[in-house]
Amino acid sequence: MLGRKIACRAVAILATALLGGLLSATLVRLAPGFDADEAQLDPHLSSETIEALRQKRLEQSNILRFYVHSLQSAVRGDLGTSISLGQPVSRLLRERAPLTLRLVGMGLLLSWAATMAIALSAARLRVPAYDAVTTAISGTLLCLPAAVLALLSVLWRAPGALAIAVIVFPRDYRYARNLLAKAYSLPHIVTARAKGLSEIRILFWHVIPVAAPQLLAVVGVSVSIAVGAAIPVEALCGFAGVGQLAWQAALARDLPLLTNITILVTLITLFANSSADVAGQALRGSQA
Amino acid sequence: MSTVRWIAVVALLLVIAVSVLASMLAPAGYAKQYRDAADAGPSRQHWLGTDDLGRDRFARVLYGTRISLLLAPAAALLSTLIAALVGGLAGYLGGFWARSAMALTDLFLSLPWLFLLITVRALMPLNVSPLVSILVTFLMLGLLGWTGAARVLCATTGSLRDSDFVRQARASGIRGFRLFWIHVVPNLKPVLFAQFWISIPVFILSEANLGILGLGVAEPMPSWGSLLKELEGLVSVGEEPWKFVPLILLAVVVTSFQVVLSKQEEVAA
Repeated sequence: MLGRKIACRAVAILATALLGGLLSATLVRLAPGFDADEAQLDPHLSSETIEALRQKRLEQSNILRFYVHSLQSAVRGDLGTSISLGQPVSRLLRERAPLTLRLVGMGLLLSWAATMAIALSAARLRVPAYDAVTTAISGTLLCLPAAVLALLSVLWRAPGALAIAVIVFPRDYRYARNLLAKAYSLPHIVTARAKGLSEIRILFWHVIPVAAPQLLAVVGVSVSIAVGAAIPVEALCGFAGVGQLAWQAALARDLPLLTNITILVTLITLFANSSADVAGQALRGSQA
Repeated sequence: MSTVRWIAVVALLLVIAVSVLASMLAPAGYAKQYRDAADAGPSRQHWLGTDDLGRDRFARVLYGTRISLLLAPAAALLSTLIAALVGGLAGYLGGFWARSAMALTDLFLSLPWLFLLITVRALMPLNVSPLVSILVTFLMLGLLGWTGAARVLCATTGSLRDSDFVRQARASGIRGFRLFWIHVVPNLKPVLFAQFWISIPVFILSEANLGILGLGVAEPMPSWGSLLKELEGLVSVGEEPWKFVPLILLAVVVTSFQVVLSKQEEVAA
């Protein structure tokens, strides 16, 4: 049953990637300025070279042919060449992905550590003042643009991972707090407490298992938020990662680079969401 | 209504009123340069000082607030209409149409919002006039921000389609578009209103993010995003606190929206 679920998810990811690729290719093809090539205006080029360039452009005018050609190249590992940086896209991604993965990973870790610590204490203590303060803090952070939080982290010389954590935290906290508070108020937990079970035992044996499948789903969503937060954090804090690359590609209208990054990010977020979903289902299955 | 909600409503109305009256309250136009007083601190003439081009910051904040607060609801209206069309019709027709529409929605939702925005923004020319840049930015927000709302509307319409009163209307001979328009759409109004209001703060924050990254409204037109870009030049937080006024204003408006809309979010869910 779980194997089938995983297979279904894998097919869904592949289908979404193919559809996303087609959509990206269509957008790139229809973007204003696609048919124009500065090289064609270069007086140093011979008429044969200009004609060859024109023919190359004409071959790409059909969206489907353009997409199939891009797909074939991608299967061979050739993701094209960045217009603005003049380097192969695959090399740029290989060089920059580790930093982004580290930044996003650390950010998520920090965010979830803070989320679980604060949400657990808020759900367990149920002190109105504490609840009001934590809700106010997360609410305020939620009302600030991610780019402003990135700028503030530069001003305060805070690490980039902390900036990502601060952006992700309020989104996670809202859900985690509600899920844990709901789990703590379940009748069997009230009974367990009445029977004298220790708080640690109640937490690990009764609260976490109840809330875990839904918390896993929130973890999946937070990966998407953290990856999105990587753009302002890397762009404004000066980290040479994929987020900064995407921003530079957007400013330079480097569409081949940008669409490849977009597809890569889509695959990462889909994979994270699907993994969280499958893990949550497996957990539910083992509890049943 | 609770006291906090009343305060939020008053704050929102105050900011809206001030932004609407920007041309009367501002000491100068948003693009007027005082070249002798570039990058000046607050004074009696320039309450919030001037920027590096000598433009009165207070005037730019007022005009920027007007642009952000007028166009975010316009983008929200557009996205809600698209969501109603896609989600409503998909839910009403059901089967293949609902599955196809939701697959498309999932495709959009699988991409982080900021990635989607900068990708689509990059597909359009960047060296456009300030007015066109405003239209492009907010049109893009409206055209891309419908997916979450479409999902909710598809589910709501699906449940309405199978409700007793719609079945009875169908049995009475009312079919097709008439059934959808007269019996389904009026019942979608609460969800549509909720989605519209919820989208506004999301779009305000999105425009701010795009503006700071240099992909939003173009100079010399001010918006909260382009005004916040000034924070990039600061060395420390306490250095020029008046530069934080647009951020405080934005935070107050978005917080007020969140407080006022806390009930609407329940309806939308």
